[in-house]
Amino acid sequence: MAQGSEVPVAPVTTTVSLGRLQRLPVRRLIQIVLAIIIIAFVAIGSYKTLTLPPEDRYSASTWKAFVISGVALGGIYALVALGYTLVYGVLRMINFAHGEVMMMGCFVSFFFAEAYAESGFLNRSPFVALAIIFAIAMVASCCIAMLLERVAYRPLRSAPRLVPLITAVGASLFLQNTALGFFGPETQAYPVPDILGGDKTWTVLGITMARIQVVVIVTAVLAVIGLTLFISRTKVGKSIRAVAEDREIASLMGIDVDRAILITFAIGGLLAGVAAVQFGMTFGQVNFHIGFSLGIAAFTASVLGGIGSIRGAALGGLILGLLYSVGPALLFTGFHIPAPFQLQDVITFSVLVLVLIFRPGGILGSGEQEKV
Amino acid sequence: MRKQRWTRYLVGIWALALVGAACSNNSSSGSAGSGGGAVDCSTVEFGCVTVAAGAPIQIGTLLSVSGDNADLGTDSLYGVQLALDHLDGTFDQKDGTILGHAVQLQNEDDMCSAEGGQAGSTKLASNPDIVAVIGTSCSGAALGVADKTLGDKGIVLLSPSNTNPALTAPGTHNPFYFRTAHNDAIQGSVVADFAQQKLQAKTAATIHDESPYTEGLTNAFKNSFTALGGQVVDEESIDSSDQDYTPVLTKIGQKAPDLLYGPDYTAECALILKQGRQVAGLANTAFMGSDGCYASNFIKLAGSAINGAYYSAPDLSAFDQKDFYTNEFIPAYKQQFGTAPISAFHAHAYDAVNLLAAAIQKVAIQNSDGSLSIPRVALRDAVQSTTDFQGIVTKYTCSSTGDCATTVTIGVYQAPNLAIEGGTGDGKPIFTETKTLAEALGGG
Repeated sequence: MAQGSEVPVAPVTTTVSLGRLQRLPVRRLIQIVLAIIIIAFVAIGSYKTLTLPPEDRYSASTWKAFVISGVALGGIYALVALGYTLVYGVLRMINFAHGEVMMMGCFVSFFFAEAYAESGFLNRSPFVALAIIFAIAMVASCCIAMLLERVAYRPLRSAPRLVPLITAVGASLFLQNTALGFFGPETQAYPVPDILGGDKTWTVLGITMARIQVVVIVTAVLAVIGLTLFISRTKVGKSIRAVAEDREIASLMGIDVDRAILITFAIGGLLAGVAAVQFGMTFGQVNFHIGFSLGIAAFTASVLGGIGSIRGAALGGLILGLLYSVGPALLFTGFHIPAPFQLQDVITFSVLVLVLIFRPGGILGSGEQEKV
Repeated sequence: MRKQRWTRYLVGIWALALVGAACSNNSSSGSAGSGGGAVDCSTVEFGCVTVAAGAPIQIGTLLSVSGDNADLGTDSLYGVQLALDHLDGTFDQKDGTILGHAVQLQNEDDMCSAEGGQAGSTKLASNPDIVAVIGTSCSGAALGVADKTLGDKGIVLLSPSNTNPALTAPGTHNPFYFRTAHNDAIQGSVVADFAQQKLQAKTAATIHDESPYTEGLTNAFKNSFTALGGQVVDEESIDSSDQDYTPVLTKIGQKAPDLLYGPDYTAECALILKQGRQVAGLANTAFMGSDGCYASNFIKLAGSAINGAYYSAPDLSAFDQKDFYTNEFIPAYKQQFGTAPISAFHAHAYDAVNLLAAAIQKVAIQNSDGSLSIPRVALRDAVQSTTDFQGIVTKYTCSSTGDCATTVTIGVYQAPNLAIEGGTGDGKPIFTETKTLAEALGGG
């Protein structure tokens, strides 16, 4: 590089050889070397883990348990990731407050769920109670998402793209502290109806899972299918796609851009509301900072899968969930690293970095490079 | 020009104020010297706290009174308030006095974290009138943080619930740090005895979250358990900001240990318990937690998963002054705060205040003008030389490294029969053992 800066005074021959050097695909070479190192590490780690002496080796049922818990966690990530991906697809903006939208839905529904649990309604007619709780969480999250769009993002729509990004971070902190102020810093116990209780299981396709896990996975799949159909088949979906394609042309064609964007946020909010109740019932806890870590994870999932793509968000959520549960056990146990699950985030973010190096648009993304 | 003149005025006023402050300092310490003690406050290291005639003695608290571990710190704060109430000999909701001076509390929050301990202790250390601090609730808030900040100012820190062994280990102990809580070397070894004798456990797995409290306890347990011939088959750690511990628990389940020891704080204890109960490999495993889990909101968070799990905590039924505790202290607690105790360290906090009051009475110099001078180093030495001080929990004798509870009775309770608000049954431990610190440290 130092030579490069002296190019004007350097003899012609040097310039020529430099030119050759520059033509060398350095970037490509680094990528290949990196890929080889990683593949080698993963292969050796997995091999060592799988060939441990029998008493240390994980049994098939343990692997199955890892996968199930990973898929269930991935389902929740996917639902939240859909919200990130929708907004990004339409506005090219990352709504960092989306995790907090979910947290708010979780908290608001918690108060109803707790009241129902205390009065016995939750266990007497669980389906009605669950329907109400879900509806409340969805409405609350939806309202907050729309309010956020109206107050924090719409006035800034024509501003440079960094501005709404910063507003989003601000909105995230605002919502977090609002929850802290209104609901207090304590972790609250989210009531779970007996029919979804921890010890109740269903056997689906020969796999025994906790009922709440089945619910999470089924909901996530339904949400992805429904959303895809909604976006591709309905008139509103078409208008959203048109706005995503080109806002100005869409408005010239008579599409109400503001309305389409508001609907996008509303859908993201509804899905966050569903995720909120499922989060509450899976972990049985809610506090004011659950939105932060879940938001980061869901954002990672959507980037991993290809931000802007619905199937990408679902795939990203699934992969992230699996990386969390299977990754550390598979890669690190063989190396006898103590407490491998402390390194969950290392794996997750390494994978994210790698995906961004090799496929900047994410796994199912369009391949275009976007700077955030 | 105008701006410059203003600056000059300001500097002048500031200099005058400095001189004034210096003068007043001199005069007060002078009178302290004449008050009759052998201590000269103007020369002694860290100086004296001067309490003017009629002014209150200021004591700080640095307890975890918000967030997930609010029960732990609030319970201790209640103990502190009851102790002040009882300085005059009765629980009448009228605070007593020390040497004719009322006691005023400055309450700070340790937030159960190193950051909280740093912020709270810095605030307290910046108040020159603070005589001593009762705290912290969580070991992580004290270790290398609050103990150092306050120790650097010569302020005694006396904890009712820190249990990490490093806080009182030679080398890491701050000379101004003391505690009435037990050392986890004792708790860990009692838990190991319980596992061997009662549960006949041969294998155990441990989980901690890398905080000093949890790591100290799992290490103490491991040392004792392996010394007794048991085998620790898996040692895992979790991140307390996560919610999903199922993969870690599944990994532990692979080894199907007889006992899963997961000492932690309330939210994490509840998650470990709830998720662990669903892991197939842990179906025959006994779950064991510690006094950090032992709080009312833990019972709520864990729900029905709690049934059958074991928790170690101070044995409330083995207190030295059991009659006073059950007939006077608990009724006063219930009357004043409207609840049964919400955690396990109220009595330790009560004892801490009394121990401190006794030390203040020993060293305070009563000046002729009615003011009080409390030399900081002498106060530390007085706490240090506490011998056979009768508290509710036990007779306290402070070791050279700050452990005042040297003979400790730890009970193991089986949920839901816990001796706190929300627990059911008679609240009697199913296993109880008394150990001295020397035994626990010597035994591993």
